[in-house]
Amino acid sequence: MSDILVSEQSAPGTGGSGRPSGRLLEVEDLRVEFRTRDGVAKVINGVTYHVDAGETLAVLGESGSGKSVTAQTIMGILDTPPGFVTGGQVRFHGKDMLRMSNEERRRIRGEGIAMVFQDALSALNPVFTVGFQIAEQFRVRRGMGRTEAKKRAIEMLDQVKIPNAKGRFNNYPHQFSGGMRQRAMIAMSLALDPEVLIADEPTTALDVTVQAQIMDLLAELQRERQMGMILITHDLGVVADVADRIAVMYAGRIVEEADVFDLYAKPAHPYTIGLIDSIPRMDEKGQQLRTIKGLPPNLMNIPPGCPFNPRCPMAQPVCREKLPPLLQVGTARASACHFAEELVNRD
Amino acid sequence: MTENIIEVRDLVKHYPVTQGVVFKKTVGQVKAVDGVSFGLRAGETLGVVGESGCGKSTLARVLMNLERPTAGSVVYKGQDISKLSGGALRRLRRQIQLVMQDPYTSLNPRMTVGDLIGEPFEIHPEVAPKGSRRAKVRELLDLVGLNPEHINRYPHQFSGGQRQRIGIARALALRPEVIVCDEPVSALDVSIQAQVMNLLEKLQGEFGLSYVFIAHDLSVVRHLSDRVAVMYLGKIVEIGTEDEIYERPTHPYTQALLSAVPVPDPTQRNNKTIIRLTGDVPSPISPPSGCRFRTRCWKAQDVCAEQVPLLEIRPGSDHPSACHFAEKRQIVPSHEAA
Repeated sequence: MSDILVSEQSAPGTGGSGRPSGRLLEVEDLRVEFRTRDGVAKVINGVTYHVDAGETLAVLGESGSGKSVTAQTIMGILDTPPGFVTGGQVRFHGKDMLRMSNEERRRIRGEGIAMVFQDALSALNPVFTVGFQIAEQFRVRRGMGRTEAKKRAIEMLDQVKIPNAKGRFNNYPHQFSGGMRQRAMIAMSLALDPEVLIADEPTTALDVTVQAQIMDLLAELQRERQMGMILITHDLGVVADVADRIAVMYAGRIVEEADVFDLYAKPAHPYTIGLIDSIPRMDEKGQQLRTIKGLPPNLMNIPPGCPFNPRCPMAQPVCREKLPPLLQVGTARASACHFAEELVNRD
Repeated sequence: MTENIIEVRDLVKHYPVTQGVVFKKTVGQVKAVDGVSFGLRAGETLGVVGESGCGKSTLARVLMNLERPTAGSVVYKGQDISKLSGGALRRLRRQIQLVMQDPYTSLNPRMTVGDLIGEPFEIHPEVAPKGSRRAKVRELLDLVGLNPEHINRYPHQFSGGQRQRIGIARALALRPEVIVCDEPVSALDVSIQAQVMNLLEKLQGEFGLSYVFIAHDLSVVRHLSDRVAVMYLGKIVEIGTEDEIYERPTHPYTQALLSAVPVPDPTQRNNKTIIRLTGDVPSPISPPSGCRFRTRCWKAQDVCAEQVPLLEIRPGSDHPSACHFAEKRQIVPSHEAA
C-alpha cells in the first residue's frame, strides 16, 4: 500500500511520533475520511503541522483541499458520521486530544483553542443578543454572576473596537453589519483567552476595506496576547500580509511548508508555483496569467503516485508511481515533490 | 477615439421601500444607482468596481433592461434601450448578453448542457435554423474549452469552472456585441479563476466583444480592463484608464480601496501605503448629503456636506474624479510584469 510511504513524512522541526516536543499545538499524520452513500472520500491523508505561541501559520488551499476539515478535527467539531478520524494525533501541549474524554476536550475548547468561522451570521445564534452570547461564556465557564459577566463582555466588545460597546450589548446579530458581526465573533472566541486561535476564512465574506480592518485587528490581538494563530484561507494576498509560515494543502495533504518569504520568493512545489502564477496582481501591468490545467482530483478516487501529477507540468513517470513524502529541502522548509531539490536550487 | 457602443446618461434606479401589508405605502427609496453616466467603447473592457451595496449589480440589470431605470437613458447604437419593448427589445437583447456570478444557481439543473446553450436559439430562431442547432452548440462547447461530447450531460456533472464556461457559451450563442459580466469569477478557486479570465480575454480578441466587467476584486479588474469606473453608494466616484485609476488615483475612496487590497508579496509588507477606512458603508436609503463618501473620508470639510462633487477632470489630474479635494497619490507600487 502506498500509504506506508507517508508515515515517513516529517515536517521541519516536528518531534518524533507520540513524544511531547514542547510544541503548543501539533497535528501529526492526521487522516480523516468521509463515508457517504456514494463511497469513501479520503479528505485528509496524513497532515502534519504545528503552531507555536505568538506565531501565525497560514494553511493555504483551494476548496476541497481539506484545510477546514483539519481545523474541525482539531476543534473536535467534525460531523461524525460522515466524517471519521482514521489515524494520527492532534496534540495540545503534548497531549493527544483525539484520545481525551469529551469532558477534557470541552475544557480545552474556548480556553485552549478557539475558532473564528467564515460566516458570522450563521455562526452566531440569531435569537440571543450578541452581548448575551459573549457573557454566557463567562457565566458558564468562569462562574461569574450576571453583572460581572456583562461587564467583561462589554470589555471584550471594546477590545475588538466595536463602537459604543455598551449600547451594542443588547443588539441581536442581524442588527450588526458584516464586519461588526465578525468582530463580535472574534470577541466571543477570545473571551476565555485561548492560547491558539483558528481563523477559518475569517474575511472571505467581507468587502476589501472591511477585510483589511479585520485582518489588522486579528494581527494586533494575536501580537498582544502572544497567541498561536492558524489562518485558513485561499487568498494568497492575505497570507502574504500576515503569515509567518505557510502550509499549502492539496487533496488532503500538505504539499509544501515554508517560511512566508521563502515560499513566495521560491516556491518548491509545482502546485504552489502554479497558484502564485495564476493570481492576477494589482501591482503588475500587462501580466500574463498562467493557469494550472485541469481540476483537483475526486477525493473518492485520488490518482496513484503524486495526487498532483495529472495537472503537473513537470510530471515524470516516477510521479505516477510513487507518492512523494513531505521531506525537508534546504533549511526550514519542506516539499512533497520528487523534484523539490531542483526547484529550490533553480535560479 | 472610437465611438461609444453604449452611452449611459444620468442613470437612476430607485427601489421603493414599503410598509404595511394590505395598504402598502412607500416610506423611502433605496437609491441603488443614483445618477451614473459613462460610455462603453467598441471592443473595450470597462471594469466596474465597488463594495457590496454600491449598486454595481443593479447597474448590470438596468444595462440589460432586466429592470427599467427610474430615470436616465441607456443608448445602444442610437436606440434608448430603456424605452424599447416587444419585438424591438427582443432584437436588441441579442446584442447584449449577461454572464452571471453563481454558476451553481444560474443553470437549470433539469436541462442538459445542449438544451441550456441551445435555448437562446429557441427565442431567436433567426440566428440558427433548427437543423443546425446541435452543431452550433458543439461548436460553442469547443470554443469555451469544453468537450463537445458532453452535450447531453447535466450541470451537476460539471465543476464550478466548467459551469461558468457553460454560462459563457450561452451568452455567446447569439453572437452579441456586448457581454455584461457580473462577478463572473468570484465564486471560483484561484487556479480555475485564471482559466476563465484567460478564456474571456481570448473570446474578446476573437469576436471583438465589448465587456462591462463588474467585480469587487480590484486585481481581477485591473488584469482584464482597459478602463475602470469606481462606484460608491450608487455613484461613480472616479473613472479612467486602467493606469489612471491604479497608478494615479485621485479620489480618496479609490485610494483607500486600493490600499486595502492585499498584495501577494510578503516583501511589500512594510512599504505599502496604509489607509484604513473606519466604519461601514452608509445605508443607500438615506445617503449622506453632499459627497456620499464624506462620512468615512479623512479629507472631509464643510463644503463636502453641502455640495455634491461632480465627476469631472480636476486641476492636476488627467481623468474625472468626484472629489472637491481630488489629488494624485500613488498607492500601489506598480511595475511592468516580467
